[in-house]
Amino acid sequence: MSDNSTRIPASSQTVGPFFRIGLEYLVDRTPISSTGPEEMIEIRGCVLDRDGAPVTDAMLEFWSGADVGTTPKGNDPARGIPEGFRRVATDGSGAFTVVIERPAAKPPSDAHFLVLVFARGLLRHLITRVYLRDEAKHGSDAVLLQAPPDRRATLIARADEKQVGLYWWDIVLQGANETVFFAW
Amino acid sequence: MKSPRTVELAISGTQPEYHFPPYKSSIARSPRLPLVLLPESRTERTGPVFGRGLIRQGDNDLTAQCNGEPIGERLIVHGRVLDEGGKPVRGALIEVWQANAAGRYRHKVDTYDAPLDENFAGGGRTLTDENGHYWFKTIKPGPYPWGNHHNAWRPSHIHFSLFGSGILSRLVTQMYFPGDPLQPLDPIFNSIPDAAARARLISDLDMDRSETNYMLAYKWDIVLRGHVDTPFEEGHR
Repeated sequence: MSDNSTRIPASSQTVGPFFRIGLEYLVDRTPISSTGPEEMIEIRGCVLDRDGAPVTDAMLEFWSGADVGTTPKGNDPARGIPEGFRRVATDGSGAFTVVIERPAAKPPSDAHFLVLVFARGLLRHLITRVYLRDEAKHGSDAVLLQAPPDRRATLIARADEKQVGLYWWDIVLQGANETVFFAW
Repeated sequence: MKSPRTVELAISGTQPEYHFPPYKSSIARSPRLPLVLLPESRTERTGPVFGRGLIRQGDNDLTAQCNGEPIGERLIVHGRVLDEGGKPVRGALIEVWQANAAGRYRHKVDTYDAPLDENFAGGGRTLTDENGHYWFKTIKPGPYPWGNHHNAWRPSHIHFSLFGSGILSRLVTQMYFPGDPLQPLDPIFNSIPDAAARARLISDLDMDRSETNYMLAYKWDIVLRGHVDTPFEEGHR
């Protein structure tokens, strides 16, 4: 039975340090060469705290808003991981690697991922975006324009000079180079 | 960019602040610069859909994942996942993890010297049914000490991770048990300013769902942000 009274969403609590017990099964380790027909890209980086120390127990979720991700046919039945979605975790040096379908630009929006950041110490997850340096026009995207000009670079991944399809992007939780995070 | 939002910003006091010094780990990990209001685009209005293929039979029974039965108070945790309008969220992926009855996690960074239980792994998952219902069978997790401050102890809790109808409905939280005297002492629980919001993270003893001579039941309904039936409009980007 449902009534239509407005309800207040449940409060968030930290994911804590032990999330792998329940969430690891969905952490995608599929190598770039063994995935489907879509063009895959790889983003590598580190999650850092105020002191530049690596955050070794963070979990990231990438979402591209892929059309297919909103319907069951978008699921890869073998893995059950929807297209356009990936969950990764940082390692002992705070580093992460995500391999994911290249997002499409939807003008006036530049190609991007929404990125959710979970970690011990974060009572509520953070939301940011990452744009790909060689794809973004960075002129008309409403979300990029909303970010302070001197901090926009924190939302843009840098293309690797040698390897096509590889990008570099760090997430800084606090401090001088703090990544732009969104209120939501 | 002005387009109608399908997910409103959080009501003041019902969500923890990122920077909450009584919880020491938040001090160096929480952003201090102003958050930027996120205009809602297609990316925010959509979300991943997880199929039944992701869930195996028994994934929601944490007492039957090993060779024998784990030590501890058997219980059922059940309830409904609802949107802000009170409508059931169908097919919502729920993932849980918890300590064993002695308060120990099966995880390499848990250094508490309470015993591990060879019959308890501590993780599970399920999808809500057509009415938004879910259930897990498990054992009651024990409280455990942690390093936040002198003689700090976490109240008994089960970690919950949920995906709703869109990515902005995403929720990671913890479910607590009624009558736990450690709750008023816990900085994580008390990071939520609003007392009524804190109370909504505490499950209710549910004698109707308990099983005579076998196990107790706890009921916990979970409200996710957004509305499941808000149609996505192509024009709003």
